[in-house]
Amino acid sequence: MTNACLTFRDLTLGYGSHPAIHHLNGIVRKGSLTAVVGANGSGKSTLMKGIVGVLKPMEGAVLRMQGVRTAYLPQQSELDRSFPARVVDLVSLGLWPKRGMLGRYTKEDRESVSKALMAVGLGGFEKRPIDTLSGGQLQRTLFARVLLQDADLILLDEPFNAVDAKTVGDLIQLIKRWHGEERTIMVVVHDLDLVRQNFPETLLLARQPVAWGDTKETLRPENLLKARRFHEAWEENAPWCEPSEHDHGHDHHSHTHDHHHDHGSGPRAA
Amino acid sequence: MDFLYGLFIAPFADFAFMQRALFGSLMLSLGACPVGVFLMLRRMSLSGDAMAHAILPGAAAGFLLYGLEILPMTVGGLIAGIIVALGAGAVSRFTIQREDASMAAFYLISLAVGVLMVSIRGSSVDLMHVLFGTVLALNNEALTLIGGIVAVTLACLAIFWRALVAECLDPLFLRSVSRMGSPVHFIFLGLVVLNLVGGFQALGTLLSVGLMMLPAAAARFWTVRVEPMCALAVLIGFASCIAGLLLSYHASLPSGPAIILSAGVVYFCSILFGTRGVLRARIVHHRHRTA
Repeated sequence: MTNACLTFRDLTLGYGSHPAIHHLNGIVRKGSLTAVVGANGSGKSTLMKGIVGVLKPMEGAVLRMQGVRTAYLPQQSELDRSFPARVVDLVSLGLWPKRGMLGRYTKEDRESVSKALMAVGLGGFEKRPIDTLSGGQLQRTLFARVLLQDADLILLDEPFNAVDAKTVGDLIQLIKRWHGEERTIMVVVHDLDLVRQNFPETLLLARQPVAWGDTKETLRPENLLKARRFHEAWEENAPWCEPSEHDHGHDHHSHTHDHHHDHGSGPRAA
Repeated sequence: MDFLYGLFIAPFADFAFMQRALFGSLMLSLGACPVGVFLMLRRMSLSGDAMAHAILPGAAAGFLLYGLEILPMTVGGLIAGIIVALGAGAVSRFTIQREDASMAAFYLISLAVGVLMVSIRGSSVDLMHVLFGTVLALNNEALTLIGGIVAVTLACLAIFWRALVAECLDPLFLRSVSRMGSPVHFIFLGLVVLNLVGGFQALGTLLSVGLMMLPAAAARFWTVRVEPMCALAVLIGFASCIAGLLLSYHASLPSGPAIILSAGVVYFCSILFGTRGVLRARIVHHRHRTA
């Protein structure tokens, strides 16, 4: 498949010896807009970290399309809000892929920073110190930075936390605009209504993919029930996962595949 | 006029050793103060202090082997400092332990080694110079060394500025767009060691961190941006050096502590009167705007 922006090959990610993402197979099409949903601890953020490369796979691999530029908005940003920086300094970091460490910021760059701030409704906030921003304003500032990164693959990890309804609407519009620009977008979301209304495709995770594809299909009650039943806690003495078990992923995860045969367009597992 | 001349100019105009001391300490401020600003912003102020202690065994080893010579002591201090900085940095970056704990572990080990070395040779007056510095006896060798260190520091800061700011402000973001995160961290630790070693000729191993941290800590109370903060820290460093040297000349005090104490005075004044200081926050905010 040539139009795969991301390919997961038997991807297992985790901490210590415990998997948080267990044998994930499948592709994310270029230009697709996917919501990643699942309970707490189902591996959503872990998957994001694995895609960015912050977390190395325990097994398998994430293959990115050649030369794809990635923008990542983490759930728990390591942003130091007490650092003496202004909004414009923070957003300008988004110019890194374009200007690198040494490239001088041009007049156009400064204009694009202003434009990005306008786009998230923070026009005129350039000179504000970042420690005076509210939680939602900071989130929008980080969106502006993503906007500036001009990335082909955009990963947003719970971007709507602590954001008011109007702002969520604005940010959704922004995401849809990116979608229209053929960018590949994956968003971790908790609000299922939001997903149903705005995201064409959904990946439902419970450590293993429960369902993946067309949103309506994926979020069917029986899938949600299956996802809810997943056991969140680690078992210290859980049996070791032997290679032979997942070589034949088709038997192992047969439930995953049933849905994908139902419809044609979604990404398929394995 | 004559009185003022005698007070401020004559000590430097009349004595070559005062000129050298002034020149050396001003150069030191130029490099150490911006480094101190970043050290403070990264919440590693005490790491600087730990690093200063860590340098001691290296300098002591150089002293034991070659006597009171600048070069061996500097090289020794540099090696000890870099081992501790890299070791502590690596432990904190690649294991679950945070930098404060790993730094404390490494510097305590280093300090113990240093004390052990000193006790082998027995105490010596010269060793006091290592601990407390001899800013009034900076020779050409030492001045050249400090000059080199300042040049390297300023060049590194200019080159890595953006990465350094990004690493302080949002390290996870930097990791997602570039591989510079870890290298920049270690380059920065290297600069800290370099400047502490440069400072210990003049101020001693224990006080050299003072010229790094105090002006930076004081500058924090005056501005909300990094660039002016660095510039202001350098200016405060300059002022402290001049005031400290004059104080030590007129009152026959040891010059190292006099310089650091001058910086301390600026620090306390900044706490009180700075635009982000205590008084301003308490007094001025009775009025507010409509939006």
